[in-house]
Amino acid sequence: MNTKTKDNTGAKFGMWLFLYSEIMLFTGLFILYAAYFREYLPDFVNAGKELDLRYGAVNTLILLTSSFTVAAAITAIRKKQAQGSLIFLCISIACGIIFLINKYFEWGHKFSHDIFPNSATLNAGPRGENIFFGLYYVITGLHGVHIIAGLSLLITAAWFVKKGKIVASDFVFLENSGLYWHLVDLIWIFIFPLFYLVI
Amino acid sequence: MTTETYKPFHQTPMPPKYDGVLGWLITYDHKRIGMMYLTTLMVWLSAGILLGLLIRVELMARGQTIMDAQTYNAFFTMHGVVMIFLFIIPGIPAVFGNFFLPIQIGADDVFFPRINLLSYYLYLIGGILGVLALFSKGPPDTGWTFYVPFSVTTRSDVSITVFAAFILGMSSILTGLNFITTIHRMRVKGMKWFQMPLFAWSLYATSWVQVLATPIVGITLILVIVERLFGVGLFNPAKGGDPLLYQHLFWMYSHPAVYIMILPAMGVVSEIIPVFSRKSIFGYKAIVLSSMCIAIFGSLVWAHHMYVSGMSDLSVMIFSLLTFIVAVPSAVKVFSWVSTLYKGSITFSPPFYLSLCFIYLFTVGGLTGLVLGSAGTDVHVHDTYFVVAHFHFVMFGGAGFGFFAAMHYWWPKMFGRMYNFKRAYIAITLLLVGFMLHYMPMFVLGLKGMPRRYYDYLPEFESGNLLAGIGAVIMVSGLFLMFANLLKGAIKGEKAADDPWGGTTLEWSVPSPPPVHNFMAEPSVKSYPYDFSDVWKRMNLKTSTPPKSQ
Repeated sequence: MNTKTKDNTGAKFGMWLFLYSEIMLFTGLFILYAAYFREYLPDFVNAGKELDLRYGAVNTLILLTSSFTVAAAITAIRKKQAQGSLIFLCISIACGIIFLINKYFEWGHKFSHDIFPNSATLNAGPRGENIFFGLYYVITGLHGVHIIAGLSLLITAAWFVKKGKIVASDFVFLENSGLYWHLVDLIWIFIFPLFYLVI
Repeated sequence: MTTETYKPFHQTPMPPKYDGVLGWLITYDHKRIGMMYLTTLMVWLSAGILLGLLIRVELMARGQTIMDAQTYNAFFTMHGVVMIFLFIIPGIPAVFGNFFLPIQIGADDVFFPRINLLSYYLYLIGGILGVLALFSKGPPDTGWTFYVPFSVTTRSDVSITVFAAFILGMSSILTGLNFITTIHRMRVKGMKWFQMPLFAWSLYATSWVQVLATPIVGITLILVIVERLFGVGLFNPAKGGDPLLYQHLFWMYSHPAVYIMILPAMGVVSEIIPVFSRKSIFGYKAIVLSSMCIAIFGSLVWAHHMYVSGMSDLSVMIFSLLTFIVAVPSAVKVFSWVSTLYKGSITFSPPFYLSLCFIYLFTVGGLTGLVLGSAGTDVHVHDTYFVVAHFHFVMFGGAGFGFFAAMHYWWPKMFGRMYNFKRAYIAITLLLVGFMLHYMPMFVLGLKGMPRRYYDYLPEFESGNLLAGIGAVIMVSGLFLMFANLLKGAIKGEKAADDPWGGTTLEWSVPSPPPVHNFMAEPSVKSYPYDFSDVWKRMNLKTSTPPKSQ
């Protein structure tokens, strides 16, 4: 009855719970990775060499940058600099889009080498490599979906900042979107070594 | 405020502008959402009951009785899917949790009212998708577990059902997230953690399992769809995959899900037993802690579904040990309930009757669970009717009876009207007698070696199956009599008092049905939620103080 004032701590608390559940979603896949890694270590090492480290490294840098700019956007709004916040958000959104484009080319490159689920090369090749690329497509694919979800949140947040709905006194939506973006970034930090830096 | 301004919640639209049907469809009043859940859930439940009844009628005699084998496979699959994903898992939290959790902790709504409405719609969409599969060209025939490789290779419409289960999982996660946040942030001033009612505590434990375990099955189900669409081969041995990993991932959620189903029912019983014993609950803190222990240890025992799958012996032993450990907190609860009854001043009523049934049936279900949890005996009865009988005792005798008990306990609060007691007693007795006649023979059939899920059986299993079929008919007639009685009570029953039972938790301090903001005045919190001294005074009982627990 006495909760007429907005409880931002509670809203963030709920967001954290949601992030836990997102982590568990990926945990299922990481468990598969761990089990198969143990079973097919040599195949995983070989298959890992076929991935281009440059793509992965560039994407890691891009995501780290975007996480920084999202954090900067929150600091800016806290200091009542809506314009600055908007610029930082746009940089983050641009980073996310570049990440996806990069990913598109990387996947396309693999497809042109006949490496995709159920392709003749993978079906004929070592089983461990098939599993490695199967996991690669499923995990990076799911991560890509999360990038898109995160981008929609950031775009909405940017729109709200522009309309003056996110202000220094109430920016919990921006903070929650930022939290989500950091999660997407964090998951990538795990994906990167698992696929691009195997041994 | 005076009582003149009181208007029940169903006459006060929320948000205020919208009236009529729209006032329900886009409402974010937790009570209306709870009612919408109840309505939808009863439809699915009735469908699930009918499917189950048809299976049992088919099995009453050998050979083909009323359906062919493929239909039978589809029916038992859909019976499982409907009952588990559409009835028991959402069940008590979605209906009674939504309606009563905020009131019990003195709040005016859940923390995220609009996300609450979203969970309802996800539940509705998931339900429709799931049931639609039944009318598609080839309804799924995999059993509710969707085990690979069959679920990936079968030509029936598995994808749509699996996707429905995924959506229902999202609904469940959002409900859990909402409840945890509500309990953390919205308890009325002065209500400390250990002053919360036990039902709220059980929902708290359940919600954590929902938030943390459900995503695992979510991704597993998505993988089934991915396999069907793209043939990645993650679970296909010919391509290097391992089908056992599917089983691990599936049970990592689906075993904790058993506790999602049973914990809220335990919470309901922990509310009802003290009220009708007029005596504070025995071991309040022990019950709270056992709920949390069940949530934690229950998440670590999943592989006891897989003893005969070819796991290493070491894993079998470890999971067997953990399974025995998780039995302890459940036993603590049973002990506390029985001790609450001891020297209580017992008043008999339909919810109390159902709670007693719950304690008995749950105990039988739990003890037979230990037979399955010990690796040696499990090898003998694995995948037989013994398992079927065991989990129906726990799921139906436990969670199901808990749900019915909650209905009878809170019905007068939700509708402001009382149902007919005599008819309720008859219905419950029919239900109980039918239940025993239905599932007891299955224990025997299982021990004699009748495998589960089979369309036909050997001559020596005839009498057991016939008995079970007769039991099923009695049970289902009891169920529908119960629903009819409740429905009639909700429409035409006598007006119910604000506190017809003599309860001590906050929902009994507000009018029936509650007003839109739940409380007419700031709720006052008791230092101990199960303090019956006021109830004793009000009821003019002969002695003026209630007997003491502990």
